[in-house]
Amino acid sequence: MSKVSSVEPPALSPQGVSNRTRRWRRVRRIVALPVAALALAGCTVPTFGASPGATTSSQSTFHLWQGFSVGAVIVGGLTTVLILWAVFKYRRKSDRIPKQSQYHIPLEMTYTIIPIIIVLGLFAATMVVENKEVANPKTNVTIDVNAFQWGWKFTYPGQNVVVVGQTTEDPIMVMPVNTDVHINLTSSDVIHGFYVHAFNFSRYALPGVLNQFTLRAVNTGTFDGQCTQLCGLYHSLMVFRVKVVSQSEYAAWLASNANANAAQAAQTATNQQTSSIVPTKPAKSQGNN
Amino acid sequence: MTDVLDPPVAAHHDDHEHEEHHGPTGILKWMTTTDHKVIGMSYTVTAVIMMVIGGALAEVIRAQLTTSNNSLVSFAQYNELFTMHGSVMIYLFVGPFAFGALANIIVPIQIGAPDMAFPRLNALSYWLYLMGSITMLSGFFVAGGAANFGWVAYAPLSNSINTPGAGADLWIGGLLLTGFSAIFTGVNLCATIFYLRAPGMTMFRMPIFTWNLLITAILILLAFPVLTAGLIMLYCDRHFGTHIFSVQGGGVPVLWQHIFWFWGHPEVYILALPFFGMVTEIIAVFSRKPVFGYKGMVFATLSIGALSLGVWAHHMFTTGVVLLPFFSIMSLLIAVPTGIKMFNWIGTMWRGEVWFSTAMLMAVGFLITFLIGGLTGIYLASPPLDFFTHDTYFVVAHFHSIVMALVLGAMGGLYYWGPKITGYLLNETIGKIQFWFLFIGTQVFTLPMYLLGLRGMPRRVATYALHPGWQFLNQVSTVGAVLVGISTIAFMVNVVYSWKKYPAGDNPWDGHTLEWFTTSPPPHHNFYRLPQIRSERPTWDYNHPGHTAAEHGHHQVHHEEIPAP
Repeated sequence: MSKVSSVEPPALSPQGVSNRTRRWRRVRRIVALPVAALALAGCTVPTFGASPGATTSSQSTFHLWQGFSVGAVIVGGLTTVLILWAVFKYRRKSDRIPKQSQYHIPLEMTYTIIPIIIVLGLFAATMVVENKEVANPKTNVTIDVNAFQWGWKFTYPGQNVVVVGQTTEDPIMVMPVNTDVHINLTSSDVIHGFYVHAFNFSRYALPGVLNQFTLRAVNTGTFDGQCTQLCGLYHSLMVFRVKVVSQSEYAAWLASNANANAAQAAQTATNQQTSSIVPTKPAKSQGNN
Repeated sequence: MTDVLDPPVAAHHDDHEHEEHHGPTGILKWMTTTDHKVIGMSYTVTAVIMMVIGGALAEVIRAQLTTSNNSLVSFAQYNELFTMHGSVMIYLFVGPFAFGALANIIVPIQIGAPDMAFPRLNALSYWLYLMGSITMLSGFFVAGGAANFGWVAYAPLSNSINTPGAGADLWIGGLLLTGFSAIFTGVNLCATIFYLRAPGMTMFRMPIFTWNLLITAILILLAFPVLTAGLIMLYCDRHFGTHIFSVQGGGVPVLWQHIFWFWGHPEVYILALPFFGMVTEIIAVFSRKPVFGYKGMVFATLSIGALSLGVWAHHMFTTGVVLLPFFSIMSLLIAVPTGIKMFNWIGTMWRGEVWFSTAMLMAVGFLITFLIGGLTGIYLASPPLDFFTHDTYFVVAHFHSIVMALVLGAMGGLYYWGPKITGYLLNETIGKIQFWFLFIGTQVFTLPMYLLGLRGMPRRVATYALHPGWQFLNQVSTVGAVLVGISTIAFMVNVVYSWKKYPAGDNPWDGHTLEWFTTSPPPHHNFYRLPQIRSERPTWDYNHPGHTAAEHGHHQVHHEEIPAP
């Protein structure tokens, strides 16, 4: 560095060493406390505002959320305590000039290496959950989900069942419980977001891209879904619902809806799709007129 | 400090200044100036006006969301509101305030330079920025209204079929102009920092603020041209029949997202690094200590800059067409250098003599708010948790914690450097009132948003008629937004109230860096004389010769050590 310090030279006395050891013991005790508390709490880790949800992957996402939150609370809490300590303890009381210490390499190394270890741990946990979530096992049930401005179309290939709904007439996607359901997600126009809160999951519906994922519901019930990606004027109203039913109810639902509106709905849907897929000459700016 | 010496050099400068005074005065002087301080002031005033406009738009957004099924504004108006709120705040306020306003004024003085390297280019930057801002905002006055596709303008929503009208074109045009302004400022900052440092001001004696602006400038040069190219592509798609982003013509909509975020994520750090620098300076000065771990701080900033170029697709995890693990680990790793900075800031305060002026309060407010925003950002770097929270209010809350931390930093910067630029201090009591409104308001408006996101409220929805349960949290959030609005009014009141009331003197805070060595406001070409530069704190070394920073390892560990809390 720049200038030789005019302050007295340092001396590492034996006493300094023993002080340091004592300090480290204190640090260890402080760190051990929340860890022990967590271990005692066991399965009653707080939810941190999230919920386990209704699918297998929503539950593993929820556990990952809890893990991240425990880390965030410990790191954030410790940092807040340090900030507040510095703020209250070292308030200026006199015109004294404090010691001009600038570097402490061991300390700096510590708060470099520990975050790296934490980050690698978080990444490892992420990979475990992510690999489960993006796996696409073979399934017996497939639903084609098509998003358009501003509604949803659920097609059950091979079953002659199509559900379409626009804006406030929220369409319902029916799916069986405890079954892997393969979703083919597409968009007819702009980008939409397929988001079911109870599934802790969202995925973009992209024009020109087939997005595939698997859902396995573990609870029956009706859940709210909504478009999360801004898609124009009625984005706020682009809602749908997901109804998870038992496998026998699902079969009955398929049978009763197969002939009813399939032909008609398919026709509407085809119109919808062709109208937007046919290449359109980009209109000249409307601002010119 | 006020006993200005009269060496030959100073005499020369006096002559020069005298000569300048025969030039135009008043508004003509302002319009034709190439003085970095005057340009910087123009930037500051313009950027603060943009902050007020963006804030007003935010208040209308919050008013609309106060009750479920509210119809204060129409769906179309709501889309314009949040698009322009985001655009004004990101493109026209935070960035230009950081690298146009304060950097323009402070960086040349901190390195002992008479002006920026290219003063005329600097003036061009400002005028491009002003014209770009006017262009973008003029969208409100054309048929069809302002741009309404969100500040990210995702294709194909932003094409001419889904978003016809001049508002969108004015948005693109305005952004192109301010983009060029940023690029020119980036060139200027790089050249200034590399070539105009005073004798003795080596790279590792540059103040952290200047270091951060150097890295910001490099990021600007790497990122902004990509955005400019993307905007031109978008404009061609809209008007010249190209199909770069449209599926129908064989184009790829996701390409826009790649281009946008390849600029957009470095942009986050282009916005943040200057404020990190400001806060670093403020904390060090008001703790009367050198920046703790100065070199570690520089390397942390460098690694943030480097990593920020490889994380853009974490905005695109839910597209299903990006490599998740790579972008996940890169994004998570940014937490490490950011954490180093946080601990360095705390270490700087540690065992210091911390004086809580308004500037320092703002800096501490920054630390807490940035901590919240940073920790919630770590969740979003994990793809499964991003699937969970993407495009919900959780994300909105996360980046508002970050950006409001930057606003706290910006206000700290104004209270800290304002006296240097104007020669007058702001009122401390009103300043503290402003701080508490701003700090509490920020938490009150962001924290409920996290919960709203976790309860499934998507962003950019004009109403939530089907979920009346979201109403209470939205109302709390609105109260917070009003508190922040009051803090802005308090700031304006303070500026008016303190107008030329409290002369600052050259060095009101016992500062460390060269700007506190010259007069307030600095003379034309900044300095009558310079001290010896032997560390990153030349002014401090000059004023407190017995208290230079302790050497590496010479920190007297044996009796003064950071105890466990």
